[in-house]
Amino acid sequence: MSTNAGALRPLRAQTGAEVFMTLRRGETLLLTLGIPVVFLLFFSKVSVVSTPTATPANFFVPGILSLAVMSTAMVSLGIATGFERGYGVLKRLGATPLGRPRLLGAKIITIIAVELLQAAVLLPVGLALGWNPGGGGPAAVAGAIGAVLLGSAAFAGIGLFMAGTLRAEVNLAAANGLYLVLLLLGGMIVPLAKLPSGLASFAKLLPAAALSSALHAALGSGAAVPAESWIVLAVWAVAAPLAAALTFRWE
Amino acid sequence: MPAVEVTGLTVRYGPAGTPAAVDGVDLTAAAGEVLVVLGPNGAGKTSTVETLEGYRRPAAGEVRVLGLRPIADHAALSGRIGVMLQRGGVYPMLGPRRVLDLFAGYYAEPVPADELLELVGLRSVAGTPWRHLSGGEQQRLSLALALVGRPDVAFLDEPTAGVDPEGRIAVRAVVSGLRERGVCVVLTTHELGEAEKMADRIVILSAGRVVLEGTPHGLTAAAAPGTVTFGAPPALDVVALAAAVGPGTTATETAAGRYRVEAPEVGTPAVTAAVANFLAARGATLTDLATGRSLEDVYFETVGPAGDAVPVEAPSGAAGRGRRRSR
Repeated sequence: MSTNAGALRPLRAQTGAEVFMTLRRGETLLLTLGIPVVFLLFFSKVSVVSTPTATPANFFVPGILSLAVMSTAMVSLGIATGFERGYGVLKRLGATPLGRPRLLGAKIITIIAVELLQAAVLLPVGLALGWNPGGGGPAAVAGAIGAVLLGSAAFAGIGLFMAGTLRAEVNLAAANGLYLVLLLLGGMIVPLAKLPSGLASFAKLLPAAALSSALHAALGSGAAVPAESWIVLAVWAVAAPLAAALTFRWE
Repeated sequence: MPAVEVTGLTVRYGPAGTPAAVDGVDLTAAAGEVLVVLGPNGAGKTSTVETLEGYRRPAAGEVRVLGLRPIADHAALSGRIGVMLQRGGVYPMLGPRRVLDLFAGYYAEPVPADELLELVGLRSVAGTPWRHLSGGEQQRLSLALALVGRPDVAFLDEPTAGVDPEGRIAVRAVVSGLRERGVCVVLTTHELGEAEKMADRIVILSAGRVVLEGTPHGLTAAAAPGTVTFGAPPALDVVALAAAVGPGTTATETAAGRYRVEAPEVGTPAVTAAVANFLAARGATLTDLATGRSLEDVYFETVGPAGDAVPVEAPSGAAGRGRRRSR
């Protein structure tokens, strides 16, 4: 019925609005850019955490990139979507020709756009701090991109699962709480090896640690991404969006 | 084909056996017709409209909008309906112009944002984020959003709730503009005055059922020929008044200084003349004289002051175009 151009117009309009709103929310910018940049600078310059790498930035750049991905895909997306649900925005959009696939598409494009922005800021800062991207070459870059995409899907699934089931205010608190827990257990700032062994084993099953391990390999040591990280990321990347899709309440 | 057709609609918010929010409702509305669904809070107005919008799945009954099924044919239908939700529905950080531009992106041939801002009087606050708009402005934006896609059917849920008098005039103007363009408008309200001003046809819902249906004229004037209500000084001699009007007349003082004369055998013009003469002879003032029953009378007779439907008997004498139903 509709042409391709006709089908893309609503997606373009929605993506434009999503990107505009994301970049206009001060708290989102603080979370997705401010905190990661400050953490990267602070922990690379002040040796509160002893890193497994000789150059602190070689540990913190991949770790903070993982944190940035989690901030964007889980916290920022989840909180915004929760409030959109609370304000009846999602309900209202349901009566327009936009449709759920294009709404979701706009949100995915927005996440990727913000992640590119984060990379554009964090990577130069990392290089300035002495980060050496490792010698992995194209395979490492492809591994990093693949891990970020899987991680984004996993985190977005978790964020939307909470946004679709909890009241907006509860969701806000829960997303921030989970962010803090995954930050501590995610090997992003505190190396997993520093955690008690039982806790470390549990942490390795979470998407945060799987993503940071993958990025530590690809962008730190230049080693291949461990199979274990791929498996954990893949399982979360399928299970979390599925759980969100099955439980999401639009009103 | 009616633009909106509802047959035996039942909506429940729980498993079978829980009380129905909508219980066997039938209604139709045609292109170019304004159907007002009137009723107290909890009567099932919103549930009915939200089923037509595709938000609720009927527990029983058939629902068609432009011949399509609201849920199954959502993709084909969503571009042809306009929806005004009872509350919310707008990104709090976006201003009216930006929201209207965004919605314009969803539809094939949208109405330009400027035109809509002008129509609902939001030009001066076009850039103000939604969360900083007054309640009435938020309502008017919500109304404008229902019009962006040039709908064939518009569903307006409580469009005048919380709207100031200026806003009410804007809403009425929008509704009559839609009617002129052949749009079918289904509008819910619990405000009788608004219903009477805007409706081509009124359906009164109570406890999930249609208790009365007809044109505003059919429900009021035609249903009560020879009825005149008016204001005058209190404690007039109503027996003398009834006698002055003519045979078969009853006159009552319904509240201090409010009178009702019912003279079905005399007819409204003669009753009005008799009332005027009666008052003139006594040097009494006459205020807000109205013929027929008021919609308020009809509403409370059917719905009851507490909002409970009372059994309705068949209308006596000339039925007019009002159609009473009881189940």
